[in-house]
Amino acid sequence: MSPLRLNLALGALMAILFVLSLLIGPAHLGPITSIKALIAGGDEASRIIMREIRLPRALLGLAVGASLGLSGAVLQGFLRNPLAEPGIVGVSAMASLGAVLIFYSGLAGASLYALPAGALAGAFLAVLILLAIAARHGSTLTLILAGVALSSLAAALTSLALNLSPNPFASYEIIFWLLGSLKDRSMMHVAIAVPLIVVGCALLAATGRALDAFSLGEEGAESLGIDRKRTRFLVIAGTALAVGAGTAVTGAISFVGLVVPHMLRPLTNRMPSSLLVPSTMGGAILLLAADIVARVAVSAHELNVGVVTALIGAPFFLWLIIRSRREIF
Amino acid sequence: MIEAQDLSVDLSGRRVVSGVGLKLEPGTITGVLGPNGAGKSTLMRALAGQLASSGHITVDGRDIAQLSYAERARLIAHLPQARIISWPLTVRDLVGLGRMPWQGMSRAFSDRDRALCAEAMAMMDVTDLAGRPATELSGGEQARVLAARAIAQDTPVLLADEPASGLDPAHQMTMMAGLRKLAVKGRALLVSLHDLTLAARWCDRILLMKEGRLAAEGTPADVLTQERLGEVFGIVAHIDHDAGGMILAPVALADREAGP
Repeated sequence: MSPLRLNLALGALMAILFVLSLLIGPAHLGPITSIKALIAGGDEASRIIMREIRLPRALLGLAVGASLGLSGAVLQGFLRNPLAEPGIVGVSAMASLGAVLIFYSGLAGASLYALPAGALAGAFLAVLILLAIAARHGSTLTLILAGVALSSLAAALTSLALNLSPNPFASYEIIFWLLGSLKDRSMMHVAIAVPLIVVGCALLAATGRALDAFSLGEEGAESLGIDRKRTRFLVIAGTALAVGAGTAVTGAISFVGLVVPHMLRPLTNRMPSSLLVPSTMGGAILLLAADIVARVAVSAHELNVGVVTALIGAPFFLWLIIRSRREIF
Repeated sequence: MIEAQDLSVDLSGRRVVSGVGLKLEPGTITGVLGPNGAGKSTLMRALAGQLASSGHITVDGRDIAQLSYAERARLIAHLPQARIISWPLTVRDLVGLGRMPWQGMSRAFSDRDRALCAEAMAMMDVTDLAGRPATELSGGEQARVLAARAIAQDTPVLLADEPASGLDPAHQMTMMAGLRKLAVKGRALLVSLHDLTLAARWCDRILLMKEGRLAAEGTPADVLTQERLGEVFGIVAHIDHDAGGMILAPVALADREAGP
């Protein structure tokens, strides 16, 4: 498929899902009423539902999904590993840990900003540790191993917090949050996350040329005039900002960054840079769709979108591997 | 032209290249030979500006440390020993990566870019493979495709790390003939080889390395003597001559009798 046609098709699908996301919810507003309430105001209840409940939810679905899709594509290209995902460098796990510690310490009640702040702090701590390690030993393998170690440590500390949590309610809160959700997010969450996601995605998008060169390995990339250190910085800082800010306001949402690049790669010329724009839109599409499913799949009981992405993502990924045993990219 | 003076490289606290001086002249192929671990690849990476080194490297009179990454890539192409192809890019797209240092942000291919890629593919006999995914090729085919990438980079200096290893005999000739064509066009080439006959017949000069140092340097006939081969490689070789140059065949370890 030509790159233009692919991007146009994905853009159209993304727009349709964004509008659908605005129109679906437990309050039965007709499409016309919904759009009117969103744009012109209308009656008080519809306006609040549209502007303060559905709009932030759809915007976050779009932004967080896009950041997960893009960071997945960038990490796979940078690490030359089709199994890489935002989780692999440990940023998601550390962001989760940061949020859990806020819950555990009881600070979550103190301020609306406490939880996102904790998750962002975790993400940035992960980045600082990764940069300190990666700057001294520049190899890709070192970065992956550092990510695995960070993830394991974060998972262990998160489990410890759950073990020691003061009451069942706190455990429940922690678990619920770890499953990831776009529910009950406000425009404040959008205001916190989206600017950081945009900056992060801009850094990630700047790696396209370098990622293509990395197809020839690290030495090959250097021989094509690529600054490895600069690329590494862009990848790590971009991932931390984009994924950290997303995890901060929606919790852990898995598999989007892993599956989307896989689905779209066969439709491109396989150059890592060709995959960046499609994966960004593909991530948004998958998360918006998953969030719609989460709302309508079980009547009177909303699912966590992180559960839905895992339920869609994991079997799909397995199927991909089985379908093409010869090569998984 | 590339020139290095008193070049030393330490990797993890160990001196891998020690006090090497060399000069690669335009229009010549310089072969670098030596046992495994002699420092050949490290020397090449240092010359390509990829490793911190003490000493002084200049390309066309300019200090390599002062060059930007892109400027360096327009002067020196480096064909790494590790043959890495990470995604099933077509051969055409992979060779096209060689034009990256010359392209602007849009990465649009000019007619000149396309012509240089086509020429490089023809030189390495991979034109027929242009539409194939590079990951599905044989090892020897991949080696030639990667060499075509470095050749398409169209730089005054080419550093090729074991470009001929793993190639069938005919394609070893294709490879060396291609490199010779580049030399005729005025390029300066440094090529590491393990095949002594290939080195003797195709290289204008030979650098013989042992334990990070230059053990000998000069024309193939001067450098590749029975005595030096014993010293550096620890082998006894059968040395013969024909109209095309020397023929060297290792026949035994130096501390044993010649013959199987």
